[in-house]
Amino acid sequence: MTNDEGIIIYRDVHKWYGDFHVLRGITFTMQKGEVVVICGPSGSGKSTCIRTINRLEEHQRGQIIVDGIELTNDLRNIEAIRREVGIVFQQFNLFPHLTALQNVSLAPFWVLKMRKSKAEEAAMKLLERVGIPEQAQKYPAQLSGGQQQRVAIARALAMTPKIMLFDEPTSALDPEMIKEVLDVMRNLARSGMTMIVITHEMGFAREVADRIIFFDYGQLVEENTPEEFFHNPKHERTKLFLSQILDY
Amino acid sequence: MDENQLAGYADKNQLPPPSERIPAIRWLKQNLFSSWFNAILTIVSTALIMTIVFGLLRWALEARWEVIPANLKLLLVGTYPVEHLWRVWAVVYLVAFLLGFSSGAHGGLMRRVSTTAALVSVVLAVLPFPWGTRGWLLGIAVAAAAGFGLGYLGKGIRWCKRLEIASWILSFPISLIFLNGVGGILPVIKGRTMWGFMLNLIGAVVGIGLSFPVGVLLALGRRSRLPAIRLVCTAYIEIIRGVPLISLLFMASIMLQLLLPASVRPDLLIRAMLTITAFSAAYMAENVRGGLQAIPQGQYEAAYAVGLNRALTTILIILPQALRIVIPAIVGQFIALFMDTTLFGFIAILELLNITRSIMGNLEWRGTIFELYVFIGIVFWILCYSMSYVSRRIEKTLGVGER
Repeated sequence: MTNDEGIIIYRDVHKWYGDFHVLRGITFTMQKGEVVVICGPSGSGKSTCIRTINRLEEHQRGQIIVDGIELTNDLRNIEAIRREVGIVFQQFNLFPHLTALQNVSLAPFWVLKMRKSKAEEAAMKLLERVGIPEQAQKYPAQLSGGQQQRVAIARALAMTPKIMLFDEPTSALDPEMIKEVLDVMRNLARSGMTMIVITHEMGFAREVADRIIFFDYGQLVEENTPEEFFHNPKHERTKLFLSQILDY
Repeated sequence: MDENQLAGYADKNQLPPPSERIPAIRWLKQNLFSSWFNAILTIVSTALIMTIVFGLLRWALEARWEVIPANLKLLLVGTYPVEHLWRVWAVVYLVAFLLGFSSGAHGGLMRRVSTTAALVSVVLAVLPFPWGTRGWLLGIAVAAAAGFGLGYLGKGIRWCKRLEIASWILSFPISLIFLNGVGGILPVIKGRTMWGFMLNLIGAVVGIGLSFPVGVLLALGRRSRLPAIRLVCTAYIEIIRGVPLISLLFMASIMLQLLLPASVRPDLLIRAMLTITAFSAAYMAENVRGGLQAIPQGQYEAAYAVGLNRALTTILIILPQALRIVIPAIVGQFIALFMDTTLFGFIAILELLNITRSIMGNLEWRGTIFELYVFIGIVFWILCYSMSYVSRRIEKTLGVGER
């Protein structure tokens, strides 16, 4: 398997929760440096889909290949892939008993076996990059939602991942804080990071995405450039979705 | 809005909170005499409380408190030989020294605890004890101060911290060996089942020190993915929790007596301590499991996603949060365990309660039941309250980053 075919390859991926068929044959490929936005109604399986990339969810049929490594039950493969894929959650999921700096430097110290001073130095640089170096010694509960989410982004970046996944990163934020998180993501996309972003922020999608994927009922309904997606959607379901989220 | 308008906006319409002070007379009227029925209730219950309080006071003044000082040594250390009492003091000094050392190195809670211990020892030294005892008591303060000085000097040195942790852990077995004696070096104290209150303390310290780690392991085992481990842990917890401690103690004392030959049978006291540890660990496990269940799935996901494996996730992310949640329950368990050491008396171990009974059997001290039981109550209360005070302080200190 070579990397030329794509950094993420999905081939006919299926998953069930009990009898419920969440993913119904997903096939797509992503190139290095690409930014893909996934949108779709809630319950459509988009979140489950990206969580299969770092095995937070297990797929039951089909093939997922991340950076040349196929995801199987082999723990070594899973750990190798998790080291290359960072994820940012809707609910931040920061470690509440650790400071912002410790949240970011924890994994480099324990997993990459970096020296403590090195790990903290690198963590500080990342906190500067997401614009909150002055909050380094605070605990998550003392930070605003936007600041917490930026710490979460720094935490994921600390493992120097090749791919970043964003699972509705701004959905739990107050409207005034959405922009500060989107700005960080925009800069990240400009730096050439491979990103998959689930979001309802259509302005962001239009501006940053190379491709937009529309999901419904566990299927990939439409895959298009932002330009075409918003002005000339191919599928009726996409048109309906767009009319519902854009026209209010 | 221009800049000035924005600047003033934040301070506009700010009011101080309303005053909540009520005059005393009005408070009385509102709370105690709001109707004729409530007024009668207030008067009757005041009379009742006064009667009880005065009765207690009269009893306390007439009571034969001399039974306590006269038997103090017996109550505290039982029949531990007088010529070896220095060993008990040495252990007390070791603990005082370590407390002082930790307080010098960290401050905060440790400083409060060690300062209190030193102050109490100085106050006790002023009381009319024999002069020798006063000297020993003052030694506690001296040991704590020495520890404080060294800890303060060693602050921030890395090996000092390691040394501190190692000494705390080692102080357990060292103290026990020291009190008990080692063949050839320190004479072994005969009749080691007669140590009075010291025995309750040792039982509690050993029980707490062992049942906590065992309980954590059992809790993790009960949530293990491996069915065999899960089954064994669950069975252990449910069986132990279904049996009263006293019957476990009887089993340990009598049944093992019958089943095992004397050559391989551990000492009765050791059996009792292992039993109380095994008992407490099952309850500890359930407390810890409660904490584990309170940790949201997102914490596991976040930990796995940054590459931590299962073991590291448990140690670094899950346990610190889970244990913090259950500190009150765990300390409750510690306190219960401490009190349960009085059950040792039922299997012929002479701990505090049992010693008391033998004092009451002495003709000279007939009719001093209340005095002795009040004394026991006070001694236990002081220690249990200290534990719950320390736990509240710990909760507060650790609560910094609470959601």
